Amino acid sequence: MSKKVFANAKEALNGVQDNMTYLVGGFGLCGIPENCIEALRDSGVKNITCVSNNAGVDDFGLGLLLQTRQIKKMLSSYVGENATFEKQYMNGELELEFCPQGTLAERLRAGGAGIPAFYTPTGVGTKIAEGKESRNFDGREFILEKGITGDFAFVKAWKGDKFGNLIFRKTARNFNPMIATAGKITVAEVEELVEIGELEPDQIHTPGVYIQRIFKTMDQKKRIEHKTVSRN
Amino acid sequence: MPLTKEQIAKRISEEVQDGYTVNLGIGIPTLVANYIPAAKTVMLQSENGLLGMGPFPLEDKIDADLINAGKQTITTVPGASFFSSADSFAMIRGGHIDLTVLGAMEVDEEGSIANWMVPGKMVKGMGGAMDLVAGAKNVIVAMQHMDKEGNSKLRTRCTLPLTGVKCIKKIVSDLGVIDVTADGFVLREYAPDVTPEFVVKATEGKIKIAPDCKKMDI
Repeated sequence: MSKKVFANAKEALNGVQDNMTYLVGGFGLCGIPENCIEALRDSGVKNITCVSNNAGVDDFGLGLLLQTRQIKKMLSSYVGENATFEKQYMNGELELEFCPQGTLAERLRAGGAGIPAFYTPTGVGTKIAEGKESRNFDGREFILEKGITGDFAFVKAWKGDKFGNLIFRKTARNFNPMIATAGKITVAEVEELVEIGELEPDQIHTPGVYIQRIFKTMDQKKRIEHKTVSRN
Repeated sequence: MPLTKEQIAKRISEEVQDGYTVNLGIGIPTLVANYIPAAKTVMLQSENGLLGMGPFPLEDKIDADLINAGKQTITTVPGASFFSSADSFAMIRGGHIDLTVLGAMEVDEEGSIANWMVPGKMVKGMGGAMDLVAGAKNVIVAMQHMDKEGNSKLRTRCTLPLTGVKCIKKIVSDLGVIDVTADGFVLREYAPDVTPEFVVKATEGKIKIAPDCKKMDI
């Protein structure tokens, strides 16, 4: 089991290649696998497809891979926080597939659960439905959406053990649990890496079977996108 | 005077009933939370994975792992729960959210809404909006009645790419409260200092003035 444990992101990303599909956890900059993203940038892989709810900001998160133009295609629900993205897309340098957020979460869940496709009411009658099969159930229209899997999946968790069991923290959970299930090789970076048996089985969010590689994250920045406070 | 953003939010807060679970979109909808009376037990859902959202934190309580769907730092209320994005949208799509409040660029007389894209100009994405309008039991739109050039945003048909088809039942704009019915828009309340006729003029789509239409008490 300790074969799953790696020293750092660089070693845990062994085998990443050009033209692969990478699934990346996080919502905005919350719960993103910071070390994995930096290691993917440093690996120099090109023409990659990234599936992630957002595209980071200009100089952080997946924005780092846009700066270096390593991303060929993004599949996201919202990219409005990243001006580089908008510019590259408008210039035709970047392919983009928009997917409604709930549909994206379910497509990843389905991909990891061996469900090739499912019907959803989301997007019926909109551009999202164009070219997709539709079907009426009990008088309501639904469209067929496909499950998603990736060559690599990168997730961020709060605690993990050496078998790969994961516990997320607060809203940093977001897309990470589904993405963990949908990678051929799933890499987890965790704030605390503990021995097997130290985590309470009842508290585990993602069972270790989904995780192939795990390492302790280093120099986490945990950048906050919009700091908002109350007075008193 | 047309309503301010705060007044739009305050009027929408009157639609929030005791015991409701509510999802508030980004912008004016977020302000609605400020006007829900403490006597009502209301759980706010944030689609990034939180039911039971509280106010912004004090400076020393900021937590990078605790944000809302607008990526703002927030807090939780007693009884809150965290969950994955898949669970969050199961809640939304499955009809477990009582009310969603969203902004819009256009709403038409059939209740279709456009709020996620301006071709060639704005490419941001729909986020959770398409799921929210497809799944919530009730959707209220908070919006400006006209654009900066004075064109009506309450249209006969939406001209921008749609977010959802025939899903909006009520609009609170800076000019009034408008229901969307099988027979088009119906003006229920108008803002102080405007006339019902002015609201009708500012509306491109088919609109009627309700027999009991009244001036807003705000």
